[in-house]
Amino acid sequence: MDVIIESLPQYWDGFLRTLFLAVVSGIIALVAGTLLAAARVSPVAALRGFSMAYVEVVRNTPLTIAFFFAAIVLPRLGVTFEQFEVAAIIALSAYTAAFIAEAVRSGVNSVPVGQAEAARSIGMTFGQVLSLIILPQALRTVIPPLINILIALVKNSSVAGAFFVLELFGYGKQLANDHGDAVMWVLVGVAFFYLLITVPLGYIAHQVERKVAIAR
Amino acid sequence: MTTQVPDNALVSLNAVNKHYGQLHVLKDINLQVRKGEVVVVIGPSGSGKSTLCRAINRLETIDDGDISIDGKLLPEEGKELAHLRADVGMVFQSFNLFAHKTILENVTLGPIKVKGMSKADADKEAMALLERVGVGHQAPKLPAQLSGGQQQRVAIARALAMKPKVMLFDEPTSALDPEMINEVLDVMIQLAKEGMTMIVVTHEMGFARKAADRVVFMADGQIVEDATPEDFFTNPQSSRAKDFLSKLLTH
Repeated sequence: MDVIIESLPQYWDGFLRTLFLAVVSGIIALVAGTLLAAARVSPVAALRGFSMAYVEVVRNTPLTIAFFFAAIVLPRLGVTFEQFEVAAIIALSAYTAAFIAEAVRSGVNSVPVGQAEAARSIGMTFGQVLSLIILPQALRTVIPPLINILIALVKNSSVAGAFFVLELFGYGKQLANDHGDAVMWVLVGVAFFYLLITVPLGYIAHQVERKVAIAR
Repeated sequence: MTTQVPDNALVSLNAVNKHYGQLHVLKDINLQVRKGEVVVVIGPSGSGKSTLCRAINRLETIDDGDISIDGKLLPEEGKELAHLRADVGMVFQSFNLFAHKTILENVTLGPIKVKGMSKADADKEAMALLERVGVGHQAPKLPAQLSGGQQQRVAIARALAMKPKVMLFDEPTSALDPEMINEVLDVMIQLAKEGMTMIVVTHEMGFARKAADRVVFMADGQIVEDATPEDFFTNPQSSRAKDFLSKLLTH
């Protein structure tokens, strides 16, 4: 137990880095995922094809592959960065975007097709139909799966610990090495700080879900 | 194949064909609608009348032939098509009011977002339209809080707010309870009297008699008859039309 109190500064540092990774990757993934979903339902065949291929490949390969790609392959292609943290953000957002695209797409499909037809019939462009009519209505059905994906993102960010990023899990490994007699408590501490992010996320989801509920 | 458009035709369909797989839903359709004309399209289920109506603003694509509105051929998907659709009002069987917007917003959204009108002007015009169709007092409500007849009248107001050149009605009363049909038809009859160009797919023969300039009878994807209501109802030429009318009148 003492090891948690003693190591609070490290935990706190790791917690903040995990939070940073999750928030930045989460925002990028939400934007990219929504764009991918829009491409998937667009009238342009090439965009649909690209989106489908991206989602299928990324969703069906392990996250570690994405990390290896970002940390090792990208630098060889000339994309270099000072910190591994950047690679971690690239990998996490690229990976999570595929799942978000699928969730948003299913939300889009849940909106009755008549809504889009009515919007098109008053002269809205594809972008207007999507942003003004479809996505606001899709939001309600999309929130629960979206939160699941973001919770998974928070936990997935622990993979960064294996790629030299000192986030919660990275510190956890260090602390476990330094306190070989208290490994269990070290891990309990790590778990606690993950819960500190993921549990409120679920709570927020519940609140937002109630707020955006639309009577049909 | 000729693509001559009569000078005074506002909506013109020339040799239009469409298939759903094996099914030939529109067979060589030729139809010209002049400005100010009210054309009622009737026919048995599956005769292609809804498809015809939806093809006019390209909610359904066609395989060949051409459709033009006010002399302009329907463009492919894109900005130009959106522009053209703004001139063609459409009223659906299932109303399709935007479920997350208030009644007022449903009517103002098009003028504001598509025509770039100021919110104040759009609100004013929308309120006048809502009053005109008799649902002004419902403006702040959401669509789900209104009855079907009220929703459909709002849908008509939403289409009118774009100041369309022509209005398409795709079975506007088919999803309504009987006691609400008349409140919608009254609005449509009023609109016809004011000179709006209208293409109306309907099963309401009373409306056809009262408001139509022409009745177009469709069966199996073809236009079988195209006559004045008087001629069509009293003296149908084809056996298909005679058969259809006799079935209507036996109940």
